[in-house]
Amino acid sequence: MRVSVSKIDLSVSLCNIKLTNPTILASGILGTTKALLKRVAENGAGAVTIKSVSVEPREGHKNPTVITFEAGMLNAVGYSNPGVEAAAREFKDLQDVSVPVIASVIGTQKKDFVRVVEGFSKTKFSAIEIPLSCPHTPGFGLLAGQGTPKATFEITSAVRRLTKLPVFVKVSPNIPEICTIAKAAEDAGADAITAVNSMGPGMIINIEAQKPILSFKVGGISGDALRPVAVRCVYDLYKAIKIPIIGVGGISTGRHAIEMLMAGASAVEIGTGVYYRGVDVFRKVCGEMTVWMQENGIKNVKSIIGVAHD
Amino acid sequence: MVLKTLKVLLVLHMIKRKKIKLVSFSSREIEEKKAEQPVMVKICKITKESPGVKIFFFESDVKFTPGQFVMVWIPLLDEKPFTISYFQDNILGISVLKRGLFTSVLHSKKVGDTIGIRGPYGRGFNIKTNLNVCVVGGGIGMASLTTLVDKLNSVNNKQGLNITIIHGARTAAEILYQKRFRDMKLCTEDGTAGFKGTAVDLFENLIKRQRFDTVYACGPEKMLYKIFELCQRNKTNCEVSLDRYIKCGFGVCGQCDCSGRRICVDGPVFNMEELSEMKDFGKMTVTKTGERVIC
Repeated sequence: MRVSVSKIDLSVSLCNIKLTNPTILASGILGTTKALLKRVAENGAGAVTIKSVSVEPREGHKNPTVITFEAGMLNAVGYSNPGVEAAAREFKDLQDVSVPVIASVIGTQKKDFVRVVEGFSKTKFSAIEIPLSCPHTPGFGLLAGQGTPKATFEITSAVRRLTKLPVFVKVSPNIPEICTIAKAAEDAGADAITAVNSMGPGMIINIEAQKPILSFKVGGISGDALRPVAVRCVYDLYKAIKIPIIGVGGISTGRHAIEMLMAGASAVEIGTGVYYRGVDVFRKVCGEMTVWMQENGIKNVKSIIGVAHD
Repeated sequence: MVLKTLKVLLVLHMIKRKKIKLVSFSSREIEEKKAEQPVMVKICKITKESPGVKIFFFESDVKFTPGQFVMVWIPLLDEKPFTISYFQDNILGISVLKRGLFTSVLHSKKVGDTIGIRGPYGRGFNIKTNLNVCVVGGGIGMASLTTLVDKLNSVNNKQGLNITIIHGARTAAEILYQKRFRDMKLCTEDGTAGFKGTAVDLFENLIKRQRFDTVYACGPEKMLYKIFELCQRNKTNCEVSLDRYIKCGFGVCGQCDCSGRRICVDGPVFNMEELSEMKDFGKMTVTKTGERVIC
């Protein structure tokens, strides 16, 4: 049943966006400049997401903002970004990046999301992702109450009315009623759900200093510790909604990616995996997926999406 | 019961006398190896290098290559990158120029106080066994080059090695490491010590007359760019250490980008080939918000 490499097809279609493979750079990792997006694309990513952009520039939290532990990463960067005006300048001429580029748009209220999307109207993004689920930045995401069905519906509707681009809504793994949130997004016209954002927040205390390490004290948990939670969320969402799911959380190997696809994801995002395996984690994951598919007689990656379900 | 109590007392006594090593110590080492987290170290010595610069010494088993950096953490305040400017056995030192809130608080630390150290991070200088080497340090940038000079001297065993050290500062009071490197060629912008002019001016004069196999430089980026251009023009190999606002230190956050290269892991030291591909080098830098601006 071994399949020759030339016959392995890793391509997927996500809301009519053609991806040569299902790996996408997750928002908040390396997506600060066009040059870095280009580099990630050259290292095998099927698509890339920029670091989230708000209306005004933000310096974010003080350092330490990102640390790691035995089972993942803890971050509270605090949405540092240059604001939509500077970001639109940075990400003009996106044709230099060889793969689709997804914009990540944040706001403290509905009208901010609208202003950022408007500010990007001349930028050649392929989709817009709205994370309504950050667990560690006051004024945004969970700390601004954006993780409720009502707020999710309202913000998604506002963005939907404004753009023809596919809209992805990124949800939190913290909320037990994650499917209700995702349905609200679907009802508001979202084209896909990105599941999940970092969980927590968590805290790591340096016991010699007797103080939390992160300057914001708490931060979102990603990496290995998040993966089983993310897989469960994607599995549940696959049953609850009709729109595609982008699976994210702790993926750093081909096996992890395949597991996420089997849970029901149409594509996967990789973030913390860059720490574990370098910028070329995308190429490595695709290579490992190819080998696994060869050995297991699977030609088309699309055929494994959701197979974990009864 | 009595016997049990005696046993406990004996064990406690042995722990106190350090005859028994607590298991928790070794398990802590394992945890630390897996994590990018600060380790608290005690400041064991502080020296004053100039009116604005203090060197803080501490004990650490960090394995360090010249040009690499560590993140220094002051709990509840902030964390900033510093190069190691002193490295002998397990005593390390960082040179700190008092510039803002963080460095002011650091300057107020006393011997016995603790700070957090995370790292080392980045790719340091390529240690060559060339005979004619020039080292150019502008201001506090000289700190990155001190351990390089030490290393070059030890690798080459001083035989036949010819190191020219150029150290530039605005004024005589800001000159660093004068006792450590007695034969530095000094230059000051106001002419209060050595050659009157910048490190670039002095380097330009030298490179006209002298051939260097490798030039190593650290300092303000404008200076580094001029050194790089002069080396290119004179077909001389060079390596420079760049500076950006650093957040994670291990290559994930994207804050320290320079034309698609991350200062924290791909650098901070870059060679000529890399520099010639980096369009932002000498022209654009990145602010705390992540905006690319003219530097």
